[in-house]
Amino acid sequence: MSLPSDFWGRIVFLFEQYGSSYLKGAGTTLVIAVVSTFFGCVIGFIVGIVQTIPVGKRDKLPKRIFFRIVNIILKIYVELFRGTPMMVQAMFIYYGAAQVLGLRMNMWAAALFIVSINTGAYMAETVRGGILSIDIGQTEGAKAIGMTHFQTMMYVVFPQVLRNILPQIGNNLIINIKDTCVLSVIGTVELFFASKSVAGTYYTFFESMTIAMAIYLVMTVTASKLLFWWEKKLDGPEEYDLATTDTLMFTSGMVNFPDRRNPEEEGE
Amino acid sequence: MMSEPVLEVRHLSKKFGKNTVLRDIDFSVSPGDVTTVIGASGSGKSTLLRCINLLETPTSGDIVFHGESVLQPGFNVSSYRAKVGMVFQSFNLFNNMTVLENCMIGMTKVLKRDQAAAREKALYFLDKVGMGPFINAKPKQISGGQKQRVAIARALCMEPEVLLFDEPTSALDPQMVGEVLEVMRILASEGSTMVIVTHEMAFARDVSSHVVYMADGVICEEGSSEEIFVHPRNDSTREFLKRFIHS
Repeated sequence: MSLPSDFWGRIVFLFEQYGSSYLKGAGTTLVIAVVSTFFGCVIGFIVGIVQTIPVGKRDKLPKRIFFRIVNIILKIYVELFRGTPMMVQAMFIYYGAAQVLGLRMNMWAAALFIVSINTGAYMAETVRGGILSIDIGQTEGAKAIGMTHFQTMMYVVFPQVLRNILPQIGNNLIINIKDTCVLSVIGTVELFFASKSVAGTYYTFFESMTIAMAIYLVMTVTASKLLFWWEKKLDGPEEYDLATTDTLMFTSGMVNFPDRRNPEEEGE
Repeated sequence: MMSEPVLEVRHLSKKFGKNTVLRDIDFSVSPGDVTTVIGASGSGKSTLLRCINLLETPTSGDIVFHGESVLQPGFNVSSYRAKVGMVFQSFNLFNNMTVLENCMIGMTKVLKRDQAAAREKALYFLDKVGMGPFINAKPKQISGGQKQRVAIARALCMEPEVLLFDEPTSALDPQMVGEVLEVMRILASEGSTMVIVTHEMAFARDVSSHVVYMADGVICEEGSSEEIFVHPRNDSTREFLKRFIHS
């Protein structure tokens, strides 16, 4: 079978011949991106929350030392994975584990691990920032009705942080969809790897990469649309229903409260 | 008052760094007392209230609740706070919840009541502050005065033994001030135990059983409403109140 002479013809040809390779690659990319973003967020939330646990002078010494050490470890984790390229980390972990520890990692496990832990490092900072951005009054309001730190986080701070950092989660998902291509260095057959293989077969880099770019774009645009829809959904309706007719606005002080005595007779 | 005090503040001091905000504050609150704390901005009134609720940790001195120090190690701060309600100047309603949820969350999660009972109580208190119709609104959809009334209802839902008010009307316009003070007058007349930091002098004069005048982090003068507002002995009290009485 010979290659058509025009550009579009070659694209159609490549897709007819290797469509399943592209789609399988795209599927792999998407699975790694979505799963890793999810686990990355989980890691990020845990790290971010641990880092913002208030430990003060009132706490016992062992507790303070424990949190001090944990926080140092978490800081190192964040700095290490944020500060080095994911491609290098991938080779370091995948081949390093094989050479030094004699550990042959499953390719999928390695891929998910690397991207998750990377996303986690970024998300940790995002979550920390998200928690710090919540007005201190929200926390004080929660504490004032007797909520513990954990309850305050769960019911008050957390839902607001999630809403606020949703755009950043979307960013991370999109970055992950694109950046899984660096996993090709450890042999993960994702969209970029698949496209490169096809390109090499017929020496059609321009065409094959056009197809790859189109598929990447479809995935990222879809992802951003979905996240936007989720944001809107979290915001809830803009109007609210009054339980009864709105008469209170004009009757302040005239509402019929029971049992009014003269306040001056109170007290002494 | 002959009854046991609910809350005693003993020789309380608070420093922020080298800056002493409170010095040797001493007073007690008995059940049914309406204590108002008045004084110029920056005199330490709000800090005092925040210390009582342990939102700030006192530097020295003690706070005693039913004869038990709240500053002792291992003291259950959360359950203490559940018994001492607080209403803030900036409302601090939970932005992610509706008016009704704001009132219910403390009962369901802290007091472990069931949903139905919590809902019923929340509706009762929301009705009482005149916010019954707004149960489905989010905090950003209602006015300041309405928010403050919800915040009061939220505090009342916990059925606290003492209610602390930290300048509850300072962020409101005059019309809204009226609606919030009205609710507080009702609470006072019903015998709620309250500690109120306020700049509303007429209100303080009317509802207080005990008035504390603070300046520069110390209590300058304290006494009954009449003692402070009609016959103040201290020069600085007289000076401070002159502005309010003539305006």
